[in-house]
Amino acid sequence: MMDDVLLTTGIPSREQIESRVPPKERREKGPFVVIECFQEIPCDPCYHSCRFGAIREFESINDIPEVDLDKCTGCGICVGSCPGLAIFVVDETFSETECLIALPYEFIPLPAKGGEVLLLNRAGEEVGKGKVHIVVPGKKPAGTSVIWVRAPKELSMEVRNVKVLTEGGARCE
Amino acid sequence: MKKTEVAIVGAGPAGICAALEAASYGVEVTLIDRGEAPGGQLVKQTHKFFGWHEKSAGTRGIIIAQDLAKKAKEDPNIYFLGSTEALGYYQDDGVLLVETPDGIKGIKPERLVIAAGASEKMLLFPGNDLPGVYGAGAVQTLMNVYGVRPGQNVLMIGSGNIGLIVSYQLVQAGVHVEAVVEGLPQIGGYAVHASKIRRLGIPILTRHSIKEAYGGRYVEGAVIWEIDDNWQGIPGTEQDLKVDVVCLAVGLSPLCEFLWQAGAEMSYIPALGGFVPIYDENMETTLKGVYVAGDVASIEEASTAMAEGYLAGLAAAHSLGKVPEDEFKSKKQAYATELEQLRAGPTSEKIVSGLSVLREQIGKRVSL
Ligand SMILES: Cc1cc2nc3c(=O)[nH]c(=O)nc-3n(C[C@H](O)[C@H](O)[C@H](O)COP(=O)(O)OP(=O)(O)OC[C@H]3O[C@@H](n4cnc5c(N)ncnc54)[C@H](O)[C@@H]3O)c2cc1C
Ligand code: SF4
Ligand code: SF4
Repeated sequence: MMDDVLLTTGIPSREQIESRVPPKERREKGPFVVIECFQEIPCDPCYHSCRFGAIREFESINDIPEVDLDKCTGCGICVGSCPGLAIFVVDETFSETECLIALPYEFIPLPAKGGEVLLLNRAGEEVGKGKVHIVVPGKKPAGTSVIWVRAPKELSMEVRNVKVLTEGGARCE
Repeated sequence: MKKTEVAIVGAGPAGICAALEAASYGVEVTLIDRGEAPGGQLVKQTHKFFGWHEKSAGTRGIIIAQDLAKKAKEDPNIYFLGSTEALGYYQDDGVLLVETPDGIKGIKPERLVIAAGASEKMLLFPGNDLPGVYGAGAVQTLMNVYGVRPGQNVLMIGSGNIGLIVSYQLVQAGVHVEAVVEGLPQIGGYAVHASKIRRLGIPILTRHSIKEAYGGRYVEGAVIWEIDDNWQGIPGTEQDLKVDVVCLAVGLSPLCEFLWQAGAEMSYIPALGGFVPIYDENMETTLKGVYVAGDVASIEEASTAMAEGYLAGLAAAHSLGKVPEDEFKSKKQAYATELEQLRAGPTSEKIVSGLSVLREQIGKRVSL
């Protein structure tokens, strides 16, 4: 069932978020997908985008995506496919203190690799500072770009947006 | 007077799909739009659409519009009449009156598909006539078609998908969105759209409404307040926001003046957007040979508008004797199933309840 706080504020509830956190052993193994899509809506591109069969086939177009974490490689392809911008990838094995988070990004200009970003939570509040690790520009003509940011490990399930401090990359020509 | 087998009023997704389907059976189609180019609402949708992967979900509206327009242009059976407004239809004489850049002309279609889309609803509040109070459609046209920012600081009224999406597009255009206010206790649009703008730091205030917009020659600010269960403002809860744009995204109603004029029977069904034409499973109205598709029939989405368009085009071609009976049956069933699946989720409950009211009314007519 839909939790009320999501539909009164736009921020998923604690329980909803926790339902998407994999078990500890899986988190220690490598990158994993986090799909923050909690409502039955007529939409299925995520399923079609995953080449590893990690997102279960939809029976109805209104299904909520279900993930098979054993199959997910954390490649991040699905992140840019989702029209709801609701998919993220988290890698807690990046270093002792830092994690990597892949976020969909649809603003121009794109951030510069290595540039600084403010890390924002689901309410758009600043929770720390991070660095841009990789920028994967969206497919032409108008795909969603995916940026991978380095963030303090304890923020892996908090950071869901960034404010870019160092611009770089493609400008609108 | 120009003759055509099928005339279609409105070249949005519904009208174009009706044209493509009918033309695929060799039917000669005249596709009419008051705009210069085909595409309807889609030309200003810069966000990615939902729906089926195979049916362009994940593709931006503007690109879907370009693809559809290209297909229509390449089809030798479709004649596009742009910058042309359909003025009225006179069934007794079978004449469709249109205003072209060269003056008013008559067209004699054998079948007519009305796919005129919808118009935006207005909201009553002091100051709603000040420059700076916009409909969401106008904001999108300014920004996404002409590349002009509507202002610097926006208050968005309405948290349906349109309010949420246009807020996101405003931020993409470099405009600050102060807040989204919503009268209902819950956000109206999809949760993923709400989360997307909340992450940008835009508060979404449910059970809130606008009290007034103020300013000298244009909007200089707006006061919002909490409202009670009867939609009455609660004194003492006012917040004064320094905004220069108030954007209204408070719903759409089917653009059905044309159908009233033509004499189609209409029914008031709030769940479908207000007055809507009564139509049967072939999308045919109570006027024989006049079909409807898309937002003019019920306020929904491009995905459903397209499926309805294909269905109306198929039925019109069939009634002209151009579609083999078996093929008509199986294709009609396929489009109906597609519509049913699109409407199967909880976010479509309202539409489904509205459609069942509509069906009851058709039932009553048949039994008369
Ligand atoms: C901000 C926003 C976001 C949306 N997002 C989505 C989404 O993500 N997914 C989705 O599926 N749908 C979405 N929609 C809805 C979708 O755009 C509409 O449902 C769809 O465009 C309806 O198609 P239509 O062909 O019925 O009408 P329209 O697209 O409105 O086309 C109607 C056409 O008829 C023409 N016309 C009207 N009257 C006349 C006349 N008398 N003479 C000549 N021409 C006339 C108009 O100029 C117009 O071109 C969105 C809509 C908006 C506003
Ligand atoms: S991250 Fe890659 S493997 Fe995992 S679900 Fe997404 S597309 Fe599939
Ligand atoms: S593509 Fe995104 S919005 Fe659509 S079902 Fe998948 S996760 Fe949800």
